[in-house]
Amino acid sequence: MKLLILIGLVLLIIAAHQLMRVVELSRQFKKGNEWSVSDSDNSFNGKAMLVFGFIFIISLFWQGNRWNDNALPGAASEHGLKIDTLWDYNMYLVVLVFVVTNAFLFYFAYKYKGKQGVKATFFAHDNRLEMLWTVVPAVVLAFIIIFGLKYWNDITSRSEDPNKVTIELYAKQFDWTARYAGKDKTLGSTDYRQIDGGNDVGLDTLDATGYDDIIVKNEFHIPVGKEVEFKMRSRDVIHSAYMPHFRAQMNCVPGMITSFKFIPNKTTAEMRKDPYVIQLMAGINEARAKKGEEPVEFDYQLLCNKICGASHYNMGMIIIVESEKDYNDWLAKQKAVKTIAAK
Amino acid sequence: MANAHSADLKEHVGHHDHAHDHDEHEESFVSKYIFSMDHKMISRQFLITAIIMAVIAMTMSIIFRMQLAWPGEKFAFINAFLGDKWGKDGVLDPNMYLALVTIHGTIMVFFVLTGGLSGTFANLLIPFQVGARDMASGFLNMLSYWFFFLSSVIMLGSLFIEDGPASGGWTIYPPLSALPEAMPGSRLGMTLWLISMTSFIVSSLLGGINYIVTIINLRTKGMKMTRMPLTMWAILITAILGVLSFPVLVSCVVLLICDRSLGTSFYLSDIYIGGRPLDNVGGSPVLFEHLFWFLGHPEVYIVLLPALGITSEIISTNSRKPIFGYRAMIGSMLAIGFLSFIVWGHHMYLTGMNPFLGSVFVFTTLLIAIPSAVKAFNYITTLWKGNIQYTPAMLFSIGLVSSFITGGVTGIILADSTLDINVHDTYFVVAHFHIVMGLSAIFGMFAGVYHWFPKMFLRMMNKKLGYLHFWLTFICAYGVFFPMHFLGLAGVPRRYYTNSAFPMFDNLVDINEIVTVFAIIAALAQFIFIFNFFYSMFRGEKSPQNPWNSNTLEWTTPMANIHGNWPGSLPVVHRWAYDYSKPGAEHDFIPQTVPLADGEHDGGGH
Repeated sequence: MKLLILIGLVLLIIAAHQLMRVVELSRQFKKGNEWSVSDSDNSFNGKAMLVFGFIFIISLFWQGNRWNDNALPGAASEHGLKIDTLWDYNMYLVVLVFVVTNAFLFYFAYKYKGKQGVKATFFAHDNRLEMLWTVVPAVVLAFIIIFGLKYWNDITSRSEDPNKVTIELYAKQFDWTARYAGKDKTLGSTDYRQIDGGNDVGLDTLDATGYDDIIVKNEFHIPVGKEVEFKMRSRDVIHSAYMPHFRAQMNCVPGMITSFKFIPNKTTAEMRKDPYVIQLMAGINEARAKKGEEPVEFDYQLLCNKICGASHYNMGMIIIVESEKDYNDWLAKQKAVKTIAAK
Repeated sequence: MANAHSADLKEHVGHHDHAHDHDEHEESFVSKYIFSMDHKMISRQFLITAIIMAVIAMTMSIIFRMQLAWPGEKFAFINAFLGDKWGKDGVLDPNMYLALVTIHGTIMVFFVLTGGLSGTFANLLIPFQVGARDMASGFLNMLSYWFFFLSSVIMLGSLFIEDGPASGGWTIYPPLSALPEAMPGSRLGMTLWLISMTSFIVSSLLGGINYIVTIINLRTKGMKMTRMPLTMWAILITAILGVLSFPVLVSCVVLLICDRSLGTSFYLSDIYIGGRPLDNVGGSPVLFEHLFWFLGHPEVYIVLLPALGITSEIISTNSRKPIFGYRAMIGSMLAIGFLSFIVWGHHMYLTGMNPFLGSVFVFTTLLIAIPSAVKAFNYITTLWKGNIQYTPAMLFSIGLVSSFITGGVTGIILADSTLDINVHDTYFVVAHFHIVMGLSAIFGMFAGVYHWFPKMFLRMMNKKLGYLHFWLTFICAYGVFFPMHFLGLAGVPRRYYTNSAFPMFDNLVDINEIVTVFAIIAALAQFIFIFNFFYSMFRGEKSPQNPWNSNTLEWTTPMANIHGNWPGSLPVVHRWAYDYSKPGAEHDFIPQTVPLADGEHDGGGH
């Protein structure tokens, strides 16, 4: 087999060599033909530019049409709805600019393809035109900045709600832990030196406020319609808590506590009945069936979104959004850490 | 050697034609081809090194794209490259996946698009286009290449060590990159990465200082700053950015080396890893991110500006029209250069940095869109009513304008911190920067190679192969990177070894397959270029004096590799570089050495 491949390669090289010789011999008859651009080259490439430009712009809409059904469902949080609106307006603008400028580019590339004997127009500058495309982008950008920053300030402002739920998301290679404040509504303080097999998140055993904290893995629950404030910590390297359905993300940085807050506005059950989510899950389950995997139901997902090591791709946690009553029932069933702390 | 060389130069200044014949006898193989101080040879050395590095980085991308499209499938191809350790049974190892992603990024950003692009074209074009015998210091120039070579060798060497190369992403954020317990790639591989980058930075600084000095001091008579071709402006601004920002990366890297080896805590605090708490307290990874991106963002423009400069020159020449808005082009490059220093925080909106600081960076970042828009519109207007000559270089230049726009507009979305929240670190970002920085810069580099190949190797490249190369590359490049936007909209994070771990990404298999198929075709298409390049180097048709009918000074030097570039006295410049199709002129181009006629205005006036 290897011999055959070797013979094939040798033959290929001989063929290529012969081909080159033919080309080189023919060159003597057509001087300059290998590099100088003829009218027919210009005509071919000019037309190809037009065709490409056309297909390129069409393909944007084709891809949008085909793959937008795979996009995340509408935001499941109150600030997320605003982000979605802002996203849409920005996207309309961006697509418009993309289409118009690419259309001009490829059209001009076709229209002004070179011909022998034609002289180009000497047009070196025009202050009015240049002013136009300095001022118009500046004005448009001013609006983008104003709206963007207004929302940014709202989203990142400090949480003022006295009834908020505070949850700590604790990241380590390669899983997540969620910690609830418990009855006293205060997260116990931590000390990374006290981490051991029984004290996974490094609770400070001298701090009594931590004794009623509740620690969960694999999935955590949050109540719909209430402000949830997340405090993020990391044990080892930088991770990022990414909750795409809620339009929420914040890095978890060792040595720091970062935070992000949002108000979930749709329970997991409601999402599962959403027509868009139903078609999304149908697509997903179809793909899973092809791989021979069991169908799944929709779930909110927490992902790690900062490279953190070999199993970065596999570091997630399921989020359940439910009514406040269900949430309280679930929370009541969880065990407090007292037993660990007393050790 | 250095003395002999500068003596040659002096002899040349204002002297006789036959001086150069005399030089060539003296040159040994080593001084001509290896430790050369001639800017033309150094430029060729940079280019060929960069091509080799690019092929390696491209092969890496094919390996990890195959894993992403067909996770868990067995490929003899992967096993052949990576062996049983990293590609057991032809399945890529997750740690090796991260390593490939990391080294692919590092090589492409630094070795191909910084060292390769600036090194090749700054060295080739500066003396030619400003009318100088050589660079200000041929010796520093030689050192610049050899530090670049050394860093390339170390970087490639790190691929062959037991624990594998650095694998914390090309941004090497600590603590991941600082702690050997965190991943195998943070052991010896990371040390080699840091040493290699330090050597690279030395190369970049030696080169950059040389470029600046040469452009400022060695312009020939009449070559006013406002008569310089835009390539020179672009390279000058690039070099200034590099000289101001690369030293910050050195300090960033040195502090990381201290944290890794000397037990300091610049970037480390409160860490429990490998079953024990570390003693380091008080540092912050966010400090690293600030230092890194203080270089990292100007770096984007260090990559992009030379490509834009090359394209300005090529679009004007091949449209047979002056570049539209010459001074606006310079102004916008200066504005981009200045702004690039105060936007680094847009990489850090979600790092826990104060949100108010984030707002400031939103403002400065979006400002960059204005000079960028000016540039894009000026290119398009340059095409308007032109007489476009479709050389392969021109095709790639138009490709650049398209990718600059297409990738640029998504930058407006990402610069907006509010919108960044949900697409930060997803494939939307991957699509954005590959199109706006990767494609634009590589298209500019290809354009430059096709355009100036005759000045490098005195022969012409084959146009038909050039056309084939362009169309395959252009179509496949968009085929690779455009669909990635939709992966981002589905919330797929970057640097995931596979998208099959979470059911929510199961329906994206077809996008990943399409991307990979296009990537494989694009990679194969590059061999057309490589064949054309090496074949034409030896067997291509001999180049005439001025094949593209261009105005700039490099086309007035003889088509021969001689020391000092011009055999007689240096040319005198009388006009700007863009008198194409000037009304009343006999030809559609007027070289810069032609004196102004009576009543003729310089610089675009009639």
